[in-house]
Amino acid sequence: MAKYLFRILRFNPARDEKPYFQEFSYEASEKDSVLDALRSIRDNLDPTLAFRYSCREAVCGACGMVINGQITLACRTILESLKSQVVVIEPLPNFEIQKDLMVDMTPFWKALREIKPFLHPQPEIPEKGYRIEEKQMERIYQFINCILCGCCYSACPVVARGQGYLGPAALAKLYRFVEDPRDKRSFSSWAKVDRPDGVWACDTVFRCHEVCPKNVRPADGIEGLRRKLVVEKIKRLFKKEP
Amino acid sequence: MVEHDIVIVGGGLAGLSAALNAAPGLDIAVISKVHPLRSHSVAAQGGINAALGNHPEGRDDSWERHAFDTIKGSDYLADQTAAELLCQQAIPMLYELEHLGVPFSRFPGGVIAQRPFGGAGFPRTCYAADRTGLVLLHTLYEQTLSKDVHFYEEWLVTNLVVRDGRCYGLVAYDLQSGEIIPIKARAVIFATGGYGRVYQKSTNALINFGSGIGLAYRAGIPLKDMEFVQFHPTSLYGKNILITEGARGEGGYLINNQGKRFMADYAPSAMELAPRDIVARAIQTEIQKGRGFEGEYVYLDLRHLGKEKIMKRLPGIREICLYFGGLDPIEEPIPIQPAQHYSMGGIDVNEKAASPVEGFYAAGECSCVSVHGANRLGGNSLLEAVVFGKIAGLSASEYVQESQGEDRAARLVNEAAAQLKERINQWLSKESRGNVYQLFHRLKKIMMEKVGIFREKGPLAEALEEIGELRHRYHQLALRSDCLQFYQELVTMMEFEYMLDIAEVITKGALAREETRGSHFRLDFPRRDDQNWLKHTIAEFTPKGPRLTYRPVKITRYQPQERKY
Ligand SMILES: Cc1cc2nc3c(=O)[nH]c(=O)nc-3n(C[C@H](O)[C@H](O)[C@H](O)COP(=O)(O)OP(=O)(O)OC[C@H]3O[C@@H](n4cnc5c(N)ncnc54)[C@H](O)[C@@H]3O)c2cc1C
Ligand code: FES
Repeated sequence: MAKYLFRILRFNPARDEKPYFQEFSYEASEKDSVLDALRSIRDNLDPTLAFRYSCREAVCGACGMVINGQITLACRTILESLKSQVVVIEPLPNFEIQKDLMVDMTPFWKALREIKPFLHPQPEIPEKGYRIEEKQMERIYQFINCILCGCCYSACPVVARGQGYLGPAALAKLYRFVEDPRDKRSFSSWAKVDRPDGVWACDTVFRCHEVCPKNVRPADGIEGLRRKLVVEKIKRLFKKEP
Repeated sequence: MVEHDIVIVGGGLAGLSAALNAAPGLDIAVISKVHPLRSHSVAAQGGINAALGNHPEGRDDSWERHAFDTIKGSDYLADQTAAELLCQQAIPMLYELEHLGVPFSRFPGGVIAQRPFGGAGFPRTCYAADRTGLVLLHTLYEQTLSKDVHFYEEWLVTNLVVRDGRCYGLVAYDLQSGEIIPIKARAVIFATGGYGRVYQKSTNALINFGSGIGLAYRAGIPLKDMEFVQFHPTSLYGKNILITEGARGEGGYLINNQGKRFMADYAPSAMELAPRDIVARAIQTEIQKGRGFEGEYVYLDLRHLGKEKIMKRLPGIREICLYFGGLDPIEEPIPIQPAQHYSMGGIDVNEKAASPVEGFYAAGECSCVSVHGANRLGGNSLLEAVVFGKIAGLSASEYVQESQGEDRAARLVNEAAAQLKERINQWLSKESRGNVYQLFHRLKKIMMEKVGIFREKGPLAEALEEIGELRHRYHQLALRSDCLQFYQELVTMMEFEYMLDIAEVITKGALAREETRGSHFRLDFPRRDDQNWLKHTIAEFTPKGPRLTYRPVKITRYQPQERKY
């Protein structure tokens, strides 16, 4: 057990004029996660403290926040790994605060919807299933690890500029489908991302790679989409349109 | 007031499967207390069963063999017609899931890969590495985005409105606005998941309170076989995060402090891959006999599988060990102990996912059809969630298309909402005495210690009494804040009452059942007793506590025999 000082950003738009930091001094086990600590503080000290969580094992994507300056998952951040007795906790940037550490992820979900994030398969289910080699799937495996926590969106400097950029997660998701050997979506249906606030907006500064808690590299997907767009467009130049 | 043809409560696999399969043209809504992708289903690791026969050692597999394993695993308490339906549907369901986009792992030749799992005669568990739940849930959620499904995220359903044997709708607390909302529905499907967090040590998500089961019970819908609670043998010591059965399926060993693979003493032929109830009891026995470590855990050793296999087949497990256990399973054995894992019992429904109440359906872990009987096999519950979720969607659609709405529905749901508001006002006007979290922690401890893996008359009776005391204290509680937006203490206040109900039904059923069957192990009645207890427990709500009755098990072609592995 050790004494920790938690400085937590508080904001209730219904009652507060602006966000402020509140301090809680709390004794916790070094093996506890930041999420464990937040729950103890809520249960014992302040029942109004608001934050999201569910799985407590880094797979549901609910608990993204900023901990001592790092965008990360609270459930997977073990106190002793912080190497500090002071723990500063803030909500994810690039989103509006709903209450305390909860942010409004509506723009993130909207971007996801926009890329049509579902397989467009052939019409019939093949009788004994598809035949796909593991090798064909390997390209998309890293993207399947994505838990849609929003950490990349939050860290992205292009999103921060606020010009309607779809963001790393949605674009990586699109690449995951376009590369799926089962997906039959037409080129023109996804080529909509060929626009300044689509795949070309990415600055390739890789902040998303740094913060992704699941080791996804969204910019790999974005670059993949760019490559595919260029190749596809060149092919079309040499093919007579019917 | 909100109004839809079909309201599905729960955005996990069962709920989304229902939503995807409801009849086009009907107005469908999904309500979930968390964003659907944060549902517990996302955490499932190991896989989903279907007798595809893709594994070189599984060529002779068939749905009948799958059904037999399920029934034997259930210690013969499963309804055999239901188990047969599940296993038959499994095969087309797997191809359907693949067609919707699930990226299953593959075998050379391109077919879906399968791995061995506990209690199964053939390797038949299909998987996507060790993130099967993640890919299934994301795929189904993303598919619903292509359909016209209305989502209410972060709404907690608090009441089910039933009158004269018919369901009229619901009441919900909208966390964002802080308001209490009446909801009118022609049909309601519950897909609210399990109650794992009634126990202190659980592999379940922190949000798994099981309130759906409790609020159906309070509305007069019976619960079935609630005393059957699955303890998973291998949860990471300390955090109780699940280490999938797939780790043993891939060849992991269980080792005690003498360096011995102790399963040889309990299940000499199946060894580590005996069903969960047997392995969990074996581990607990080793620990209690002083053959564990620090009196708390034994080891799951994966080191001999080698780095490559661990990285490829169990990358998520390695990650969990690194981050939450501070160890690398490539180099060190994993300390594990049993923890509550799955709710076999649940809302009493039939093979069409229908309850005795007209217009009310349930599917997935909150329901009890029953396909798992006294013990569920690994890989069968994801399957149950998608198969019976689909059946629920189809059944409810059929009902809505063939029935008439009723005028009094609006009045009834409005009344129920007004009653809840009144109750919240009372909570706000009282002085607070203690807080709900303290009672919650106490309840979890009681259940773990007295209604856990090993059960006995004395402790069970004590537990029942202590739950009664907690209920008394619960009635004296008040809320500590009057700001109702995103107020998690209010959520817990409302759900806790249902947790008390669930705990009471589990305990009372366990006390009454004087035999040992599957996960229900009575130290004072250590044998299965088919003569007297080959029957389902049915629990009905009365103001004085649950009323228990019993119903025969449906047996088709598999006569009960001794369960040996
Ligand atoms: C760690 C772990 C690993 C597992 N691995 C496997 C596996 O490999 N194979 C397998 O077959 N099974 C596995 N299981 C079991 C399986 O994951 C679950 O049984 C299954 O996912 C349950 O799905 P569900 O849709 O019924 O419920 P859930 O996924 O739990 O969804 C419940 C939904 O109901 C909502 N809800 C609940 N109450 C309310 C309320 N009052 N108001 C509004 N919404 C509410 C929740 O928000 C949630 O959306 C595993 C379980 C655990 C704990
Ligand atoms: S609580 Fe699920 S990712 Fe942290």
